[in-house]
Amino acid sequence: MDLNNLNTLPWLIPVGPLLAFVIITLVTNKSRMVRADDSHEYGGHHPDYDGMNVPVVAPWSRVASIVVGLSGVISAWLISWRVFFEAISINQFGKDVIFADSIDWLSNGLDTFRMGVMVDPLTAVMLFMVPLAVLCIFIYSIGYMAHDPRQARFFSLISLFAGAMLTLVVADNILLVFVGWEVMGVCSYLLIGFWFEKKSAYNAAIKAFTVTRVADVVMLLGIAYLFFLSYEFYGFATLNFRDILYNEAFLEYAAGTNAIIFGGLGLSASAVIGIFLIIGTIGKSAQFPLHVWLPDAMEGPTPVSAMIHAAAMVSAGVYAVIRMYPLFDAGGHVHAGDFTAPLLLMAVIGSFTALFAATMGVVQRDVKGVLAYSTISQLGFMIAALGMGAFVAAFFHLITHAFFKALLFMSAGSVIHAMEHGEHHVHEHHAHDHHHDHHDEAHVESVGVGDEAGTHPPADAHAATEDPAEHPREAGTHFDPQDMMNMGGLRHKIPVTYYAFLAGGLSLAGFPLLTAGFWSKDEILADGWYVFRETGSGMHLIVFLVLALAAFLTAFYTMRQIGLTFWGEARTEEAEHAGLGGPESIISRTMQLPLIILAFFAIFAGFVGVPPDFPILGSIFAPNGNPFFDFTKYALMESIQPEKPTFSWIPVLTSFGVALGGLYLGWLIYWRNPLKAGDEDPIKQPLGVLYDLWMNRYYMDDLYGMVFVRPSQWFSAVVVSTFIDKGIIDGFLHLVARAFIWTGDLIKVLNLWLIDGVSDGIPEAIGHFGVWFRRIQTGRIQQYLLLAAAAAIIIGLIFVVSTTLLQAAG
Amino acid sequence: MVPLWLFLAVAAALFCIGTFGVLTRKNAVAVLMSIELMLNAVNINLVAFWRFQTPLDMSGQAFAAFVFVVAAAEAAVGLAIIIAVYRNRRSVSVEDIDMLRW
Repeated sequence: MDLNNLNTLPWLIPVGPLLAFVIITLVTNKSRMVRADDSHEYGGHHPDYDGMNVPVVAPWSRVASIVVGLSGVISAWLISWRVFFEAISINQFGKDVIFADSIDWLSNGLDTFRMGVMVDPLTAVMLFMVPLAVLCIFIYSIGYMAHDPRQARFFSLISLFAGAMLTLVVADNILLVFVGWEVMGVCSYLLIGFWFEKKSAYNAAIKAFTVTRVADVVMLLGIAYLFFLSYEFYGFATLNFRDILYNEAFLEYAAGTNAIIFGGLGLSASAVIGIFLIIGTIGKSAQFPLHVWLPDAMEGPTPVSAMIHAAAMVSAGVYAVIRMYPLFDAGGHVHAGDFTAPLLLMAVIGSFTALFAATMGVVQRDVKGVLAYSTISQLGFMIAALGMGAFVAAFFHLITHAFFKALLFMSAGSVIHAMEHGEHHVHEHHAHDHHHDHHDEAHVESVGVGDEAGTHPPADAHAATEDPAEHPREAGTHFDPQDMMNMGGLRHKIPVTYYAFLAGGLSLAGFPLLTAGFWSKDEILADGWYVFRETGSGMHLIVFLVLALAAFLTAFYTMRQIGLTFWGEARTEEAEHAGLGGPESIISRTMQLPLIILAFFAIFAGFVGVPPDFPILGSIFAPNGNPFFDFTKYALMESIQPEKPTFSWIPVLTSFGVALGGLYLGWLIYWRNPLKAGDEDPIKQPLGVLYDLWMNRYYMDDLYGMVFVRPSQWFSAVVVSTFIDKGIIDGFLHLVARAFIWTGDLIKVLNLWLIDGVSDGIPEAIGHFGVWFRRIQTGRIQQYLLLAAAAAIIIGLIFVVSTTLLQAAG
Repeated sequence: MVPLWLFLAVAAALFCIGTFGVLTRKNAVAVLMSIELMLNAVNINLVAFWRFQTPLDMSGQAFAAFVFVVAAAEAAVGLAIIIAVYRNRRSVSVEDIDMLRW
């Protein structure tokens, strides 16, 4: 393959990680069983494998898997960046020039469906972000998973995940996007349930898989309809993005055709397809009402959380809708305040989710739980932005969010790692005399462990403080290294992580002017405000206000998280001894390097998207126009390219206000008066009943449990298991079995009487005859002779008589 | 001239005596002797038929000569067996010689 041919080069991007997946799975993933009480191999009390024999990867297998996985990702990264830099060097890339190549993939009788790769501005920017984030996650995983007995498996799965994501990014048609999408679904299932010995982990895996599956089915329907529609229009079926999204005639046709279903509601074909595709994204990007899987997905190892929430899966959902935006907008013009049904849906769902998830994020105690809800909330920002028609702003926020959220997750992972380190330290020092109990109690573990932080009774957090010598694994008094109430004062223990977290957190909060998050969020608000001012569209104003409120909450809970985790004094002995094992350890290094890289992007990535008419900064960073905007807009046709919002003080001041206000409030509560050991969360009192409501996730999980899970469990237990399976099927089988037993008895009798009678009778008769007949065998020669003589006489007589008779007759 | 049927009658009588002896005698030597009688009865037949039916052909006489030779050899072998049996069993009674059963 010609490496200089940029049209075919994108084929190679997903190949590296996919090949790495195959090699690791088939070749380098070698492990052997290690007894549970072998304290040498994995520290003896790994939090998730206590009391269980585990297959532990051989050291060479670890190294080989890391090398193979890393080389796969690095190859993808190098090719991607080469493509990216080629792309940005082309003027108006995407308008006339794109990199694309395709092959005949499926001949369906009437025509041939083509599948291939395409790089347009959207893809190019994704190719900058995804491999970089994935590479950071890989490097981080080396350290984070260093003591995990299934490290090779982890690298194989995460390689597949990366390969699927890159396939999705370079795909030139929605079907290939869907393929990558589904492979990621499987990977997320496998990775969220990576520690499948934990009940909560495999439950979370099943939940994530099932919930996203619901949405994916609908999405597939949308794809099928689009396929059909393109056949109607072109005379051949195509799902190619350029064909369906870059062709005004097709979009007009799609918007003008009445839909085959829901057509009575006045929906056009493009609206129905759009809504179906958006529902797919609602599942994948965890929007209300299908957001419930994402907080539980925290059960996976932290690099997986970073992968799912930043680089890959949820981004894929938003990427898909951003990609399909022209179809959603067909038949209306949202920039003129004229919403189409899919965009209205997105605006409503997105803004509602942004606020809804932010409120839950405010009360979370789990350090990753806050980030999970903030992810949902930020994805809501993007969806809402796209719904308002802020195409570029949504995409910009997707990119900056990927950087700072990956950073935050990995920092949180470092925090958890440090806390576990402290926990081991405490365990070593206080539990010597409890050492023998260790293995007896081991099986108790994993019952209530790792339940979402929200449901821990408050007494839980203090148990470890009051009696640190108490065995930390014991059910009920389990020490949760993810609970922020157990932390505090960590900024002295893990300073690199602290500053990285601070960078990511401020970016998430949208700290003005300096951070990437500010610029992308500001652009969303500016877009919304601009359209409202130009057209008086009430919907835009509502979305604007809701998002502003959500941004305020975001800033507040970010500050709360930083405060609870890093400020004040250590609230538990574990936090007192937290650490990453010294600056020299390889674990510490591989876990800190990616943080530094990502912190750079979390801060500075925003400067590529500064509006040119922004006072002072605009003339510094964007003298020739907003570079991000001008590059990305060519992903769209000229006629629907968004107008650049003119500068207005109101959205900027709003961004300033909500970010600084939220940060100030958080600072006020958690810095001025840091939480002491045993204190209640200071927001609990003023929030009152809202606190419980938010802590219990608006009872959404309970609702789903009641409406879907419980009935289906009841259905499977009572109807399927008891009635159908045990009653009908087993009953029928038992009946058949009994019938066969009866028949068998019958045949048995027949067998004994007839067959045995005959077959025993014959030899018996022969035997009797032999007994009788052997009496002539006397051994006396004279008797034999006598018989012979008698026989001779008889034969002679017969001969004579017969001869005589014959002569007489004849 | 003596007619043929007289020769045949003598031979038949002799054969019957021999058969009777073979079947009834207890002594093995006597049994052997009876066998000789039967053989000689056959010889009479052979010679008689030769003389009356094909006097120009010598095959009848030659046949009888063969029977003599065979009878002599048979007697020799038979006596040897009897002596061997006697050495083992101290008896020449055919009733004791019933090993053929096994």
